[in-house]
Amino acid sequence: MGYSAQLLMTLPEVVLGLGAILLMLVAAWGGQGSTRAVSLAAVAVLIGAGISLMGPASAGGSAFGGLYRADMFAAFAKAVIFAAAAVSILIAPKFFATTSGDDLRPEYPVLILLSAAGMGMMVSAGDLMSLYVGLELQSLSAYVLASFMRRDARSAEAGLKYFVLGALASGILLYGISLVYGFSGTTLFTDIAQAYAGPKSTGLLFGLVFVFAGLAFKISAVPFHMWTPDVYEGAPTPVTAFFASAPKMAAMAMAVRVATEAMGPAVHDWRQIVVFAALASIALGAFGAIGQKNIKRLLAYSSINNVGFALIGLAAGTQAGVASVLFYMAVYVVMTLGCFLVVLQMRDAEGNAIESLDSMAGMSRTRPGLALAMMIFMFALAGIPPLLGFFAKLEVFNAATAAGLFPLAVLGIIGSVPGAFYYLSIIKRMYFDDPAPKYEGRPGLVEGGLLLAASVAISPLGMLVLPCLSAWTALAAKSLF
Amino acid sequence: MISVTHYLVVSAILFVLGVAGIFINRKNLIVILMAIELILLAVNLNLVAFSAALHDLVGQIFAMFVLTVAAGEAAIGLAILVIYFRGRGTISVDDVNRMKG
Repeated sequence: MGYSAQLLMTLPEVVLGLGAILLMLVAAWGGQGSTRAVSLAAVAVLIGAGISLMGPASAGGSAFGGLYRADMFAAFAKAVIFAAAAVSILIAPKFFATTSGDDLRPEYPVLILLSAAGMGMMVSAGDLMSLYVGLELQSLSAYVLASFMRRDARSAEAGLKYFVLGALASGILLYGISLVYGFSGTTLFTDIAQAYAGPKSTGLLFGLVFVFAGLAFKISAVPFHMWTPDVYEGAPTPVTAFFASAPKMAAMAMAVRVATEAMGPAVHDWRQIVVFAALASIALGAFGAIGQKNIKRLLAYSSINNVGFALIGLAAGTQAGVASVLFYMAVYVVMTLGCFLVVLQMRDAEGNAIESLDSMAGMSRTRPGLALAMMIFMFALAGIPPLLGFFAKLEVFNAATAAGLFPLAVLGIIGSVPGAFYYLSIIKRMYFDDPAPKYEGRPGLVEGGLLLAASVAISPLGMLVLPCLSAWTALAAKSLF
Repeated sequence: MISVTHYLVVSAILFVLGVAGIFINRKNLIVILMAIELILLAVNLNLVAFSAALHDLVGQIFAMFVLTVAAGEAAIGLAILVIYFRGRGTISVDDVNRMKG
């Protein structure tokens, strides 16, 4: 295959990479004044990368000696990632304009683009080397984004914690990769699978455990979740929205690909790890959230909880399981972005962000539209029909029972009850408590439009896209098997 | 004769020292950055030893990538440390507690 044909397969990353470099130059020359132009151009680049997914990038080929996969699985994940990244850029200007302290700088959209390029690489990786480089490109941009508000002590602390624990996780993952390489003699996923199909040495098993520990950190599954609440609370809200959506999808897709493509024959070895991580995440995400006072911390525990449910689909290890993970994560990304869009509207008269749960009391009377949107997202996160969140959970449990994992499915369903408790307690606070001081300021056109779009997508109307989404995830999962 | 097992033992010791350095150290954030470097160097030792034992170049190329990324990681870590120090005036690990719960 010619070099240009291979480059065409990697077109989304090429577009993002070149776009990021160009915009960085524009930002360097234009300075603070170019922020708006760079933001809009970055969104255009993301749309361009999304359009390029329709070409050879999703045709199922493999480029650069197997380092890069251009299949439907990667294309689906990338579509969700690029959309979430574009939303994170669009919601930033208003937040930074109203919050006193740091201004939005043009580096923000550039960093998101670089992170998106890294995430594209992660989900397309067919080799441990491209996986590692993509993961680091994503992580390094994310560390900077977390500490983007330089004068804010919490933001700097969030960046520091994210950096130290993220670097540790990369180290653990890398140690596992080195063991897998040493004992299988290759870094290509397809060849690693052959090594795992034969008799497994202790080294291979140790490598598997370390690799899964590193992956669990990136998706913030228990027991490697401890960074999540602090980073979510400290990072600027648009950045938190970004962390909760795009990198979660990317890390989960990467974990699925590693688990099925590279370590598929060892499914009985990694299933125990995934089952434990899933149940522990569901439990800790549910119980940890109950005592929280800060909405961003609460959403962090909610994301731990949701990752647990997605892992149930992965534990099935089947094609239907993979499809259910993709389905769950796509719905989760919309739900969580919607929640953060509501959080962005929580401002006092001076425009400062309010993050306490108490301030949401009586929101149905002071801001009925906002309360209605939040109620839709909370019901959906709790998995109450006929909202889209219910169907996501249903798919995951269907996949688990089809694979014979009945105890896991039952425990998962039981585990969703304490989760529902705190989601419902927020609704109770908004609809039945005495009103707290009103939030000031109206959402801008962009924020309002996105909030409306997310609510409609999650509401019962979203069921219209259900057949289409199921067909697409099934097609994506098929490319892995 | 030094076999690949010896290299593995040394690198495992380095790796554990690095991880312990992150968790036991209560004094200084710079020491954490050093511990992270130690972990990455342990991995590099592994990769190069395996590469030599397997007569396969991939491990050495991988080590090059790890070195490059480690440099970038250290740069970003130090930059975050600088903004943190500007805001708080300390780099003691015990003081990194503005958020809890």
